[in-house]
Amino acid sequence: MKSFFGRLRGKKTKPSIEQVNVKTVPLSDIKPGMDSLRMPRVEPQQLVYGCGLSIGKQREHNEDCLFTFSVIIGGETNNAPLGLFIVADGMGGHQYGEVASSSAVRTMGNYLLKRLHNYLINPAAGVEEPLQEMMRAAITEAQRAVTQAAPGSGTTLTAALVLGHQMTIGHVGDSRAYSILTDGRVEALTRDHSLVKRLEELGQISSEEAAGHPQRNVLYRALGQGEVLEPDIFTSQFPQPGYLLLCSDGLWSVLPDDNLGNLVIGAPNLNSACQNLIAAANDAGGPDNISVVLIQLLG
Amino acid sequence: MIQEVIGVGGMGSVYRARDLHFPSVVKLVAVKEMINRAPDPLVRKTIIQNFEREANILATLNHPSIPRVYDYFSEGTRSYLVLEFIHGKDLEVIINETSGFLKEERVLNWAIELCDVLSFLHSHKPDPIIFRDMKPSNVMVDPSDHIILVDFGIAKPFQVGQKGTMIGTEGYSPPEQYRGEAGPLADIYALGATIHHSLSRRDPRLEPPFSFVERPLSKINPAVSIELETILNTALQYNPEDRFQSAESMKEALVAAGRKTGILNRAKSTSVSAQSSSGIKPLWVFQCEDEIRGAPLYHDGSVYIGSYDHNLYSLNAADGKLKWKYATEGGVVTRPAAFENDIFIGSEDQRLHVINTHTGKVNWTYYTEGRVHSSPRIAEGHVFIGSDDRHIHAVNLLTGRAAWRFETAAEVRSTPFVANESVYAGCENGDFLCVDFRGGLKWHFKAKMAVTSSPCEAGGVVYFSSLDGSFYALDARAGWVIWRFRMGKGSISSPHSSEALVFIGSADGNIYAIDAHTSKETWRFKTEHQVSSSPVVYKDALYCGSADGNIYCIEARTGHLRWKFGTKGPITGSPLVYDDIVYIGSTDHFLYTLLA
Repeated sequence: MKSFFGRLRGKKTKPSIEQVNVKTVPLSDIKPGMDSLRMPRVEPQQLVYGCGLSIGKQREHNEDCLFTFSVIIGGETNNAPLGLFIVADGMGGHQYGEVASSSAVRTMGNYLLKRLHNYLINPAAGVEEPLQEMMRAAITEAQRAVTQAAPGSGTTLTAALVLGHQMTIGHVGDSRAYSILTDGRVEALTRDHSLVKRLEELGQISSEEAAGHPQRNVLYRALGQGEVLEPDIFTSQFPQPGYLLLCSDGLWSVLPDDNLGNLVIGAPNLNSACQNLIAAANDAGGPDNISVVLIQLLG
Repeated sequence: MIQEVIGVGGMGSVYRARDLHFPSVVKLVAVKEMINRAPDPLVRKTIIQNFEREANILATLNHPSIPRVYDYFSEGTRSYLVLEFIHGKDLEVIINETSGFLKEERVLNWAIELCDVLSFLHSHKPDPIIFRDMKPSNVMVDPSDHIILVDFGIAKPFQVGQKGTMIGTEGYSPPEQYRGEAGPLADIYALGATIHHSLSRRDPRLEPPFSFVERPLSKINPAVSIELETILNTALQYNPEDRFQSAESMKEALVAAGRKTGILNRAKSTSVSAQSSSGIKPLWVFQCEDEIRGAPLYHDGSVYIGSYDHNLYSLNAADGKLKWKYATEGGVVTRPAAFENDIFIGSEDQRLHVINTHTGKVNWTYYTEGRVHSSPRIAEGHVFIGSDDRHIHAVNLLTGRAAWRFETAAEVRSTPFVANESVYAGCENGDFLCVDFRGGLKWHFKAKMAVTSSPCEAGGVVYFSSLDGSFYALDARAGWVIWRFRMGKGSISSPHSSEALVFIGSADGNIYAIDAHTSKETWRFKTEHQVSSSPVVYKDALYCGSADGNIYCIEARTGHLRWKFGTKGPITGSPLVYDDIVYIGSTDHFLYTLLA
C-alpha cells in the first residue's frame, strides 16, 4: 500500500516539460463541477416537459405532428417515471403530409403505450420485451400505417421512450434529438438521414455548402418510403442535469446549436423555453413548420 | 388467362398468365400492370406515349439476358406489358435463402454475364439504354444459373411526380443519380453494389448511402479474393470518372481476376493462410499438476492462479518462480481476489479460503454447502460469492462471518458484480438477480436458460450472456431489458465493457463486439471452437482464449487479428493483462505469460 501511494504522489509532483508551457483555461471559464449543478433532491423522480408548434412564416400548411405522454406514480410504488415523446415532420405536399405525420405518431403512441400498460399496473412484472425491440416494432407499425393512410407520402419520426434514467431513441429522417446540459454543452444525438448530410459526412461538401444546398430537403430514409426501413435505435442515459430536446428541421435549420442551448438554459421554465425557441426560428425567417418538445428528468 | 399475382410493386401488379394463343401448349407469360395515377389528362397521355415508346424499344432487344416482350396495350388508366415468363429466383431471394456467403465463383460468373448485358444495352443505337435500377431483386437467376435482367425502367414514367423530399431505390444508386444524371457509369456503380451485396450479405439499403468503401468486402467476407475486391472498389468509386469507363472494361477486369485467382480455370483456390503464431515466445511458463480452468490474478508483484489439481499457486510475476502453493480439498476453477495481505479463493471443496499473501498460510475459511464455481468479489467491506448450495453469500471481510445469505432457485456459478449499492448475479435456472446490501431482492429477470456468465455494469446498464443464446443489456436500477443480442449459440463467457463497445464470447466460436447504445454488431471474430473464456481489453487490444487452444490478441476497434498463440489444450479460463503482459492458463496444465 505504501509503495502504491508513493508512486501516486511521485507522479503528481513531478512536473513534465509539456506542462510548464501549457496555457490553462482561466479559472472562471472552467465548467462548474457537477456538484454545483446538481439540483436539490426531488421526490418523486419525475419527467416534466414543455412543447410548442408553429406553422412558420412561409408555409401554408402544417405537416408537423408531436406527441407527449408522461406518467408518474409517486409513493412506495417502485415505478420509475415513464415518458414517450415523438416529433414527426410529414411531407408529400397538400393533404398528405399531415396525414403521414399524424398517423405515424398516433400509431406509434398507441402501440407503445399498450405495451407499457402492464408496467404501470404491475411494475414488479417489469418490462419483458427489450425496449429497443419494442421501439423497432412500433416504427414498423407506424411505417405500415403511413403507407396505408397516405400512399406516396412520407414522414420523419424521432421518438424518445424514457424509463427511469435510460432513454431509448428511435429515429428516421431529419428531425433531431439533442442533449442540452445545464453547463451549455449541446449535442445532437441523432444523425440526419439526408442526402446533403451524407455528402457532408463524406467530405464531398462543406457544412456551409450543406446549409445552402438546393437538395437539403432530400431524405434517403423516411417512414412510408420504400419497402425496407432501417431506423436508428439506441439507448443512452438521460442528460442530467440537463434537457432532452426533440425538434423538426424548421427549428434546427435556422438556429445554430449554441442558440438552442442559450434559449433553453436562459428560460424560466420549459414552456417559455419552447415558445422562445419557436419565436427565434420565426424571427430567422420561419421557412418551415416548427415543432419542439423539451423534456427534463428531475430527481 | 391470368393465373396468379406474382408480385406487387409501387406502380401496380405483376401476374403470371397463360397465353391462350397457344391452346395446345402451356405457354406462360408475365403481365406487368401499371396504373396511371396522374390526375391531369394531358400528363396521363404523355405517360402512355412514353410507355409505348419504351415498350417498342424493349421489344426490339434480343439478348439471352433480357426477357422477350410479346405485347403491350393500354386500357383506360392501366397499361400492360406482356413479357416472357422467367423461371427461377431473383438474386435477393437467393442471397436471403443462402446461409453463409455465396461462392465467389458463382457470383463472378453472374457478374460477367451482367457486364455482357449492360454492355449490350449501353451500345444500343441510336441512344444507349441505361438500365437505371440494377439491384439483386431485378436480377433473376434461372435454373441453369444464368442471369436475366428484369424490370426495365419502363415503369419510370408512371411514378407520380414527387415533391421535395423523396428519392427512389436507395443503396444501389450512385451519387450522380440523385442529381438526376444517370449515364452508363451509373449502371456500373449499381452493378458493383449488387455484387457487393451478393458477397457481403450486407443490404446497402440498410447502410448509409455511398458507404461501400468504408465496408471493405474482405473484412466482412474474408474468402473474397483481393482481385475481386479491387474491381468492386473501382466500380463503386464516388466520382464516375474514377470507375470503369465501360461495362466491357469491367468485364475484362473480372475475367482477368478470375484467371489470376484460378476461379475461372477451375483450379483449386488456396486460401490465404492466417497469421502464424511463430515468433511469439512466452516470457515464462509454469506447469500445474492438472488443468487450469480459472483466471489468474496479479497482486503486489505476484501472480496467483488456481488449478484443478486443488492448489492455489503464488508465483513471482517477474520470472514465474513458485513462492508458495496452498492446497484446498477440491478443484479450483475460479479467479482469486485480493484485499490487502489476503488472497480469497473459492474451491470445489465448498469453501472460500482466505490465505496470507506472504506466508501462504490460511487465515480463515468460510463454508458454503455446495461446490464453489463462482469467484469472490470484494466490495464495501464484504466478499460476495455464489455457491452450488443455491445461495449468494455476503461475508464480512474482517470477521469471516456471513452478513447475509440470499437464497436462489438454483446454483450460482456466476461471479457477483457490485455497483449502485446492489449485487448482481446469474443463476443456473436462468434467473438474474439484483440484491441490495441488506440481502433483499431489488428485482429479478428470467432468461430462458442458465446465466453462468458473470455480469458487468457500465453507464447504468448491466450486461451478461445466457446459455439461451442471447446477450442481454438490462437497466441496472429496475431490471427491464433494454436490448438483447442473439448469438449463434449459448454462452458462459462474461462480458467486458470498454468505451462504447461490449465484448462477449460464445459457444458458436465467435468473439463479438457490440455497440452498447445501438446493440448492433460492430465486428465478430471467428475462432475454431467454443469461446468460454471471457474477453479483456487492455489499451487498444482485446485478449481472449478459445477452446481451439489459442489465445487471441485482436484489435478492439476493428476486430483484426494481431497475433495468436497456440497452447496444447483448450482454453476455457480467461486472460489477465497487467503491465503489458498477458497471463493465460490452459487445460494443458500450463500458465503462459506473453508480451501484450
